[in-house]
Parts: sequence; C-alpha cells; structure tokens
Amino acid sequence: MANSTLTKQRSAALQSSVALKSAMAVTGGILVLFLIAHMYGNLMVFGGQEAFDDYSHHIREIGEPMLPHGGALWIIRVVLLASLLIHAYAAFALWARAKHARPAAQRYVVRKSAQSPSRRYAAQTMRWGGVIVALFVIYHILHLTTNHIAPGGASDSPYERLVNGFQIWWVVLSYLIALLAVGYHLWHGIFSALATLGVNKAGRERALRLIATVVAAAITVGFLVPPFSILFGLVS
Amino acid sequence: MNITLRVWRQKSRDVEGRMVTYEIEDVSPDMSFLEMLDVLNEKLTLQGEEPVAFDHDCREGICGACGVVIDGVAHGPETTTTCQLHMRSFSDGDVITVEPWRATAFPVVKDLVVDRGAFDRIIQAGGYISAPTGTAPDAHAMPVPKSDADRAFDAATCIGCGACVAACPNASGMLFTAAKVTHLGMLPQGQPEREARVVKMVNQHDEEEFGGCTNIGECAAVCPKGIPLDTISQLNRDLLGSLTSASSE
Amino acid sequence: MTELYIEGDPIRDEKAPEGPIQERWDKRRFSAKLVNPANRRKLSVIIVGTGLAGASAAATLGEAGYQVTSFCYQDSPRRAHSIAAQGGINAAKNYRNDGDSIYRLFYDTVKGGDFRSRESNVHRLAQVSVEIIDQCVAQGVPFAREYGGLLDNRSFGGVQVSRTFYARGQTGQQLLIGAYQALERQVAAGTVEMNTRHEMLEVIVAGGRARGIIARDMVTGEIETHFADAVVLATGGYGNVFYLSTNAMGCNVTAAWRAHRKGALFANPCYTQIHPTCIPVSGEYQSKLTLMSESLRNDGRIWVPKKGGDPRDPRDIPEEERDYYLERRYPAFGNLVPRDIASRAAKNVCDEGRGVGPGGLGVYLDFADAIKRMGRPAVEARYGNLFDMYQRITGENPYEVPMRIYPAVHYTMGGLWVDYDLQSTLPGLFVTGEANFSDHGANRLGASALMQGLADGYFVLPNTVNDYLADGPFEKLDENTPEAREASETVRARIDRLLSINGTRTVDSFHKELGQIMWDYCGMERTEEGLRKAIDRIRELRGEFWQNVRVLGSNDELNQALEKAGRVADFFELAELMCIDALHRRESCGGHFRAESQTEDGEALRDDDEFAYVAAWEFAGTGEQPVLRKEDLEYEYVEMKQRSYK
Repeated sequence: MANSTLTKQRSAALQSSVALKSAMAVTGGILVLFLIAHMYGNLMVFGGQEAFDDYSHHIREIGEPMLPHGGALWIIRVVLLASLLIHAYAAFALWARAKHARPAAQRYVVRKSAQSPSRRYAAQTMRWGGVIVALFVIYHILHLTTNHIAPGGASDSPYERLVNGFQIWWVVLSYLIALLAVGYHLWHGIFSALATLGVNKAGRERALRLIATVVAAAITVGFLVPPFSILFGLVS
Repeated sequence: MNITLRVWRQKSRDVEGRMVTYEIEDVSPDMSFLEMLDVLNEKLTLQGEEPVAFDHDCREGICGACGVVIDGVAHGPETTTTCQLHMRSFSDGDVITVEPWRATAFPVVKDLVVDRGAFDRIIQAGGYISAPTGTAPDAHAMPVPKSDADRAFDAATCIGCGACVAACPNASGMLFTAAKVTHLGMLPQGQPEREARVVKMVNQHDEEEFGGCTNIGECAAVCPKGIPLDTISQLNRDLLGSLTSASSE
Repeated sequence: MTELYIEGDPIRDEKAPEGPIQERWDKRRFSAKLVNPANRRKLSVIIVGTGLAGASAAATLGEAGYQVTSFCYQDSPRRAHSIAAQGGINAAKNYRNDGDSIYRLFYDTVKGGDFRSRESNVHRLAQVSVEIIDQCVAQGVPFAREYGGLLDNRSFGGVQVSRTFYARGQTGQQLLIGAYQALERQVAAGTVEMNTRHEMLEVIVAGGRARGIIARDMVTGEIETHFADAVVLATGGYGNVFYLSTNAMGCNVTAAWRAHRKGALFANPCYTQIHPTCIPVSGEYQSKLTLMSESLRNDGRIWVPKKGGDPRDPRDIPEEERDYYLERRYPAFGNLVPRDIASRAAKNVCDEGRGVGPGGLGVYLDFADAIKRMGRPAVEARYGNLFDMYQRITGENPYEVPMRIYPAVHYTMGGLWVDYDLQSTLPGLFVTGEANFSDHGANRLGASALMQGLADGYFVLPNTVNDYLADGPFEKLDENTPEAREASETVRARIDRLLSINGTRTVDSFHKELGQIMWDYCGMERTEEGLRKAIDRIRELRGEFWQNVRVLGSNDELNQALEKAGRVADFFELAELMCIDALHRRESCGGHFRAESQTEDGEALRDDDEFAYVAAWEFAGTGEQPVLRKEDLEYEYVEMKQRSYK
C-alpha cells in the first residue's frame, strides 16, 4: 500500500468510533482526577471554618507570583471546561452513531441483558446519567461557586455557604441523587476508560472492574460525607 | 411439550415485517432449536403457508450461519449458537419470541435471515496476513511462544455469526473486528501489517455503519465462542499505537 | 446385472508422467504450458465453492493474476463445510523424527485407500503436504504449539507416526479461515469477484469446452449466466444423499451432478466413508448427525454389554459382562482400527441386538479408565471441548456416564473423475477437493481430507490449469450463445416445474425417505438383493417426487424450500447411480463391505483380480443405462496386500 493511502486511512481513523471514545476516556480521566482533588478539598470542612476558607482562598493563589491571582484556577477551569465539552461532544457523536446503527424502527420486541443487571444498568445509563450529571454541575456551580442560588442564605465565606445549604434536607437530597448518578457514571466510566485506553488484558478484567468500583464508591462516599455531616449537625 | 412461538416474518428487505404467532405441539426436549423450526416449517408447508426462512448450515456450532435473537438474547438462553441450543432449555407452555439480528449493517433479507456481508468487507479491509502461495518459509522457521499462540487461537475461534452486533446496544461490530486484530496481532507473522491492519479494519467497521463500542460487554456475554472483551482493549491499544506511530508503510 | 448399465471403452489418465514416482510432479510441472503473467489477466476462471479447495484455489489463481469469479451458496465464503473438520491435517514433515517421510505418507495413504487410488496422485499429495503447513503458518493459522514455540503433532487415525498438525479440535475452521482471509485479500485487490448466496445450477458447454455456469441468485431468484475460460468445481461431497450425515445441511451434489449430465464422468460413486464416532440419532426430527473427533478413540474404550437388551446403567455393568469388541477382535490395533472397521463392527454388534441407547443404535465410548489413568484434568485438557459438545447435544455428562456413539456418513471418496491435472473428461472443467475422486481410493485416512483440499487448491490446480489456459482466451460468448441460452432455459424450466407441482409432500419428507433407503441398502454393508430393491424404490420415489412434492412461494425471492427441492431432485439421480456402482462392485473394499465378499471370519475380502479399477460412469440420458468406463489401477511401488489389523 502506498504511503499516502495509509496516511489517509490514519486521518480517517482520527474520526473513528475508537478515537472518539479514546477522547472520552482521556477527558473523563481528567475529570476524575479533578473530582478526587475536589473531594479532598471538601473534606477540609472537618478542619473548621478557617481551614476550609483558607483552602478556598489558597486555590486562587497557586502559582503566584508566576501567575496572576486566580490564574491557575482559571487554567484549571479552562482545561475542565474543554474536557467536559470534548467529553460531551464525543458522547453525543457516539450516541448518534449508535442510534443510526440500530434505529428506533429496528428495536427488538423483547430485549434482555445477558449480563448481571446492575452492571448492565450502569452501562446503559451512561448517556442519560451523563446528562443528569451535567445539569447538576451547572446547578452546583450556581450554588456554591457563583453564589447565584443560595438556599439557606448567601455568604462570602465558602464554609458558611456550604453549611447553610446542607442544613436543608432537600438540598442534601438533590446532592445525594446527583452523586449517585456520578457514582454510577464512574462505575462503568472508569472501567470503560481503562479498557478504551488499552489497559484491559487477558485475566485483568476483574481487577479493572474492582478498581472502577472502589474509585467510584470512594468518590461518591467522599463527596457525601460533608453534606450528611452538616445535615446531622456534626459540622456547624 | 407445547410451545408458542412468536416469529418475525418479513417478506423481503424493503417490505415491512411483523410478529406472527404459531403453536407447536409435541416438541421433544432433545430437539435442537432449529429442528423445532424445521418441524414448524413442515407443518406450515402442509398447511399451505410459506415456511419461515432462517440461516443455518453446519448445525454443529462452527460455521456461524445460524443466529436469531430468542427472548431478547442473541442465540438464546445458553451461551452457544442457536443450532446447539436444545429445547430442554425451555419448558412446556413457554412463549418464545424469535427475532432476526437487528442492525443497520445487517439488513433483513427475509424473515430471520440477515445480510452479514459487512463482516466480509471488514476482513477484506485488512483481516489477513499477506502470504502469497508458495512463498512461505519452513513452518518451524519462526517459533511462537505457546501463550501467544494460544491467545491467537482463542481470538481466531470467532465464527463470524454476528451475535456480538445483535446483542450490543450500540449495534457495534467491535468484538468481531477485535477478534481478528488480536488473532493476527499476536503472531510474529502478523507484525509487518499490524499497524496498517487495525486502522483499515476500524475505518471499514465504521463505514459499514456499525455503532461504536462503549465497553458494555453484552457482546462477550453472548459470544458462543467466548471471545473475551479484552480483545477490544487490545484493538484500541493497537489503534492508538498506530495513530501515534510515525512509521509509514 | 448388465441390464442396469452398459460397459463402454476403458479410460486412462493421460496426464500423469511416467518414470520414478518422486519425479513425476516435477516432470508434469515442467511439461505443462505456462501463461505469461501479462496474459493472465485476459484469462478468466470460475470457481464454484469456497471450502478449503475452492478458497485456496481462488486466492492463489487471483494472486497469479487470472480473473477469478467465485461462488458459494452460503452468505459468506467463510462458512463452507471444511470449517467443521475437527481432527487435523497430515504432513510428512517428520518433525518428530519418528521415521516419517513423504514416501511413508504416500505408502500409508495408498494402503489406507485399500488400493483403489492412483499412486501418482497420492505421491504428489504427500509431496505437497509439506508445503501446505508452511503456507498455513505463514498465513497465521494458529496451530497447536509446544512450550518451545514449535508446532505440536499427534498421531491420528491409526497411523504409527505423529504427523498430524492440529488446532485444538478446530483444525478445519482455522485452515479455512486462513484460506478465506487469503481469498478476501484478493477480493480487496480486485482479482477475485465473490458471489455469495449463489447456487450453481448448470454448466455451460460450448465448442466442446466448459465455458461457464448458470447460477441462481438465492436472494432475488435471478438466473445469471457467467462465462469464463475454465470452470473449477470445488463443491464438496454428496454425503447428504443419506439425509442424515455429518455434512452441513446445504451440502449437495447439484454442481457435480449437472456437470456429470453434461459429460463429466462420475467415478466410484458408491465409495462412502462412514465415521465411527458420531452422536447417535435421538429422534424422528433429527436433521443432522454430529461427529466427534476420532481422536477420542486414542483414550476412550469402546464396548457393549455382552448380552443384548441389558437395561442396567452402564456404570453398573461389571467388567466381565462387557464386551470390548474391538480390543477383542483386533488386539494389535484395538480401539484404533481404521474407520471402516470400527464402523462396521459397531453396526454388527447393534445388529446382534446388543446396541445401547434409543432404538439400540449406539455403543459405549468409555473414558472411565482414561480418567483413572490420567486424571480428569488431563482428559479435560485433551477432550474438553468434545465432551462439552456431547453434553450440550445429549444432556448427559461424559465425565460421569460413558458416551454413546454410532457411525454416520461423513465423507464421500467418490466424485467426478479427473486426470492428474485435476481436469475432468469435460475439457476446461476442473474438479478439486472432495468433489473429485482421486486421492483416497476406497477409504480415506483421518486428517487427509484437509490435506487434499489444500493441496489441490494451493499447489496442484495452480500448476496445471495453466496448461489448459495457455490455449486461451477462447472465443467470446454472450447470453445469446445457443448453448448458454439452452442451459439457462433448462434451469428455468426445472424451477418452474418444481414450483408448479404443488403436491402433498414436503421436500424434506422425500429426502428423509431417500436417505433411509440409502442407509439401509447402500450404507456400511451391501448385498445384491438389497441394492436391487433400493434401485427400484429410488425410481419409484423419484417418480412420486416429481408428481407430488410441494414447494411453496416463488422463484423471485429467498426460497429455501425451492433450493432444497432442486438438490433433492439431483440426489435421486445420484442415489440410483451409487446403487448401480455398489451393485456392480462385487467385492468388499475400503469403507464398503459387500456381504457376498467376505473371509471365513467375516472380514472384508477385496478382489483385486476383478476390481482393481476405477469405475467411471458416463451419463447416457435420464432413465438410460449409464455407461461404465474402467480405468485400470497399477501399483508399481506399493505391493497390493489385503489389509489386516488383526
């Protein structure tokens, strides 16, 4: 085969379903790393108001004086936003291809999974689950970052915003639902990302699924500890 | 035992199909599923109704011709081919729904028969080792570690039945493609074309309008030959490697 | 007997060179005319069938530069029935240093074929066997290997050297996938045009040459005319004439039979191989029989209860009340006697009323001793997939209960007569693989079918067809050529007739009845009386078929009943010829036992004075007596001896 043909084939492959899901895997990985850092920050709430507010403040000072105030944070925000957009774009593109590959008119009359129902559920809810998580992120930013939605009262202290919000049961409930959605998304997502990036090998699948389960559970629980602690008055 | 069958009937590719219900009496548990369909067809013929068309050939689970979705699962409740499924897996009075593989890439030809030519075209794109007849060195010239040979063999047992596509919620043909990429990629003979092969096969897969893989695993769960999901991971690794490699053919 | 056939002039293979047997293939390759590479693309070849013989030939001729058009009735060339071969492929590599050689493989095959095959052909097969393994390994066929990374071998089918290469129990699949991939590579390169779901229904003979075929597109029903400079039939065997066989449901004789009707001689049609280790029939509805690799006989022991109708669970029958009849009668070979002997012995004990399982048609194949000796894991490693298959089909666990086996039709050694170049008596019509008759004589050895299919397709045909094509390209034909139009009209008329009968019986019911007649009278054991009865009944049934068969639907759609009806119609004509051939061959030989020709202790008695020839039959018209043309067999290298496995 001539050189140019392979080059052409390679550039076509950049648009392939495998390339798309690789992009999802990489961007998903970035988002997971962010979540872990975020969770670590959240747990600072147990250090008291000063520690928590200092931490929030310090994020904005990373890299100073090489970077302007809040510069690093903005870089992170841009990377995260780009990741999110790429992740969503690839997801929608694959979704569209899947819909085309088996259009509604060709659905099975009877459909049953050949796998364990919970695993199948996690895999099947990736798309709508992803949408729910995306909507939650917007709500969450309006709530705790920009202070636009302020159940329980607005404040300049992040600690107070947090505590005010999570003393209300339905705020906690909304976070609970959202985090379960995140957890499910990660449960399949982490395994899928690893498999997509070629980490899955003979005899390794169980281990990868275990890693995915542990990370997904840790992140879900880690994020849920502060709100529940606040709701039950362990932190005030 | 007595069975009620709901079968997809479709006269030809462009005609709309529908589910039709048939009753079959005196089904023996030792019958294969296809023998049960034979009995139905004999009965239909004598009644003056056209028999149900379904693909089948070797009836010993190796040619890959047969395959229908039975009660929502490709090849039915046992992990085997439809021809190797026996009626002892069902009970008296069961209502069994039988549908063809459903995917844009596998258009229905008639009733339960679909066109799987897309698989042949994926192989044409690169699922081979170029070894013109007569040019081969002695078979022992290139030893292959047993573990590599075994893994190649495991992937090479794919029968091209298409159950992976039928079962995949995305109607992806990635397990089939990956099985071939893995089979040839594990062998020293397959190395020279390895980078080009995976790229060409993946492109052809997408061109055939299969969906993308999202690692759900339904394919491996129904595969009658037990092709493991990790072959897809190997394909991904090969593709990413090829895309980032500077080498050109 | 002559009222059933007429004896015509003898026939000879003119193409095999004389001289030392080791040099004949070289000589032929040298004397064969060559085609200049630049001229090859002006020459076209039609290849029907995509099994080992067809796919390998299409790939190789495509690579060589000819324009190849390939046909198969399946939806993909990868599904041809070669895929189901389990055991392995022989090659005289002598990798085991156990005394094997090309000459020994040649010797074993001639002897195994019970001196009814041609020495020249068999020697070439043994020579080429070595290259086949190299070729397949280069293609990426994942043969079994040892820890050192080299290929593993086993002893197979009663030979005393380990020359069989294998890929677990799926050797045929792996070899076919290799050939299929090579074929698809040529499709991509544009040298081969592949037509799937196409069935060849007629051969076009014009100017005394085979010049094309009429094929039906099985999806649209279109009757297509295809021309070429040569036609290759790689269409497999005709075991499905017995209805129940280990063949795939679609295997049929139509292509070969249509060629026979147009002038190609059909050789040794009665030579059928009955395989001893199949899963017994379980009921009326049975559509096919499943073979289990005879490698099972390496470690399993075959027995029946000493007294008939023993109702006990086999595990409760004590050792002294069991009859290990093969070990008893053939102490030297025991359970490893050749296929025909093992099969007939099973039939005999069942005829004595000592068979086991439903209908008393089965014998035990017991692994209890092997499990005791080697341990279950070792048995599992060696035979696990076969045991699983048995359990899936029968619902019984062979690790616990002895398996039941019974012989089944497996392979047909007979086929279209070909010369050393694999050319039939119809110029330009070549026949390869199981569809021809040439290499296995009256009995095929285990692991030889894969070898022959690939030898023909990769190495023999591509070195002989050029001798014929060198005189081409031949005159250009089109659909209006009278011979083509006539062939296409014949096909249409036959289809119309089948669709218009609208009788009261299904195609399958006729096929089953025909199969039963063949199994009863033209199966493992044949008698003059039985064969005569069979011929009468076949004629009667054929008459009824053409009056009373019911085929619904139309031609212009996928119509599986119509496909079957056409095939069964040809099986009727073949069945009659098989019985006539079996009747005239009043000797026991290879896989075929004539009750009138046996030794005092009931062993097969071959008659070399009378029957050391190939019976090639010429078609004389429907309902006319076929003409017998004998090709005398001469043995210069292997001395003719009665086989003895005592």
